[in-house]
Amino acid sequence: MSAISVHNLQKHYKVYQKREGLLASFTGLFNREYKTVKAVEKVSFEIEEGEMVAFLGPNGAGKTTTLKLLAGLIYPSGGEATVLGHIPWKRENVYRRRFSLVMGQKNQLWWDLPAQESFRLHKEIYRIDTVQFNRRIDELTSLLEVKDLVGQPVRELSLGERMRMELIAALLHSPDLLLLDEPTIGLDVVSQRRVQEFLKFYQSERKMTVILTSHYMKDVEALCERAVIINRGRIVHDGPLKEVIDRFSQTKIVELLFAGNEVPDDLARFGQIVEVKSPRVKLEVPRTNIPKLLAELLEQYTIEDVTVSERPLEEVIAEVFTTPEDESLVESGEDSAIDERGV
Amino acid sequence: MSIASLRINWVILKTCIEEKLVYRSDFAFATFVRFLPIVTQIFLWGAIYADDPGRSRNGYNYADMVAYYLLAMVGRAFSSMPGLASGIGREIRDGTLKKYLTQPIDMLGFLFWHRIAHKLVYYMVAAGPFALVFYLCRDYFTGWPDGVTVVAWVVSLMMAFLIGFLLEALIGLIGFWFLEVSSLLFIYMMLNYFLSGHMIPLDWIGTEFMAVMQFLPFKFLAYVPATVMLGKYSHQELLFELSIGASWILVLLIANRVVFRLGVKRYGAYGG
Repeated sequence: MSAISVHNLQKHYKVYQKREGLLASFTGLFNREYKTVKAVEKVSFEIEEGEMVAFLGPNGAGKTTTLKLLAGLIYPSGGEATVLGHIPWKRENVYRRRFSLVMGQKNQLWWDLPAQESFRLHKEIYRIDTVQFNRRIDELTSLLEVKDLVGQPVRELSLGERMRMELIAALLHSPDLLLLDEPTIGLDVVSQRRVQEFLKFYQSERKMTVILTSHYMKDVEALCERAVIINRGRIVHDGPLKEVIDRFSQTKIVELLFAGNEVPDDLARFGQIVEVKSPRVKLEVPRTNIPKLLAELLEQYTIEDVTVSERPLEEVIAEVFTTPEDESLVESGEDSAIDERGV
Repeated sequence: MSIASLRINWVILKTCIEEKLVYRSDFAFATFVRFLPIVTQIFLWGAIYADDPGRSRNGYNYADMVAYYLLAMVGRAFSSMPGLASGIGREIRDGTLKKYLTQPIDMLGFLFWHRIAHKLVYYMVAAGPFALVFYLCRDYFTGWPDGVTVVAWVVSLMMAFLIGFLLEALIGLIGFWFLEVSSLLFIYMMLNYFLSGHMIPLDWIGTEFMAVMQFLPFKFLAYVPATVMLGKYSHQELLFELSIGASWILVLLIANRVVFRLGVKRYGAYGG
């Protein structure tokens, strides 16, 4: 059953275009030019209950705007969305009790008070039964290893500790839907991993529907099987994460270990040389040429070891984002949002 | 209001009080500083009436003026809302408003209880100094009015709080359109200082001016509470004045709700 159903959702902003310089600032007082920014343009997708989906895209692609629309923070310019059976921007309390939005760059806890005071307030706002509240606090603080910190003012916590407290506040009412916008932004590697492990465990236990936006591919690879790639307000890919590489990467990496210390100097004819650390060489070659190329290499040179691997996801996605619009965009309208290729 | 809502409001109030008590020194100092203008104002009126303190000017002699001013300051202690409009404007601008929109809480209700907490802590700190000032200036007062007037005064102070809250919240909500409300707030503060009767009693200026003031809500912020306690109204007039104040509360409450609803529709949730 669909937890989220989005159809041709749009959000357009009118943005003031200020020209450079002081004079332009003065003329802007009387005459302003505006531009319409299509932050989200006819986006359609379905998310099943219990799915954990990554929204990927460069800055300004429309990921966060989509989350804000689903959270009912903003009104759409067009299109429809149903989340857990509700229209989000109606902001009914019954809906607001069923989801949580966590933004890595926004603090929801009371800055000057210990996190436990914010939790207590959440208990009342979300009408959580006292027994359940105590049990959840106990469980979440143990899982996130912050039991000893709940009595400390939030302003005195590190960024990683604060984010873990934010997650506790967001999960106290046991939401059916969790919207996570860059939950690991700015965190060190240890904190990032702790948050990832927690989210993975908790989601698998509770079967919550989760949408995650992140620039850290490690988050995405660790947590999500499905990725929705958004670029310039439109969906360019919606399908299994592993298909992203198959679809967008036309090449693979072939790593060769030559016998002796000599690296042949005519390897460029087989593909692009990525790295040379004699006697090891990394070549980037078209996927379709791999069998033929390997046969030729093994015939012409003495090679001790060969490894063929996919390019890093991060690299492939970065390439998708930088591809010119006409080449990368697939209209995500009514008919073309998800076709046979998983587009 | 359901029991669950009462519980939520009670916890909001408690949490806000705890928050207000975090920076004790700053709060106590700010409260102390607010008493300084009282002293300077009393000296100023003393200088104006220096030639003949007993002589009445526009219905107020020196003692009446000091008594009015002190009572107006009590009214202001209820109606002033430091940081309310600018806080709402800032939350709209930087996107922190999202907590009111994504959680099952009413933003105005939350801010209302937050402000009550602020006032309660303020009164707790200011009660002593206020009592001392009134004790030192006791000779400027003619004595306690009758019980009905005292009750009406308490009601007028509650109204001052509500009207002050709703006016400033409304200015803050204009941030949905302007994003920056500091200039608007500055104009409001200037008008408020004069039109509320904080600076001088409104009836001191003249009957024509007073007639115009009847159509504005500002007088309920300081002038009405002060003049109620000074016994300037008959019981019938009290009822009439308080009814007008109640009407303003209703109008401003509706205006806040409408502006909030319209504002949220155009809200961009900027800032991440």
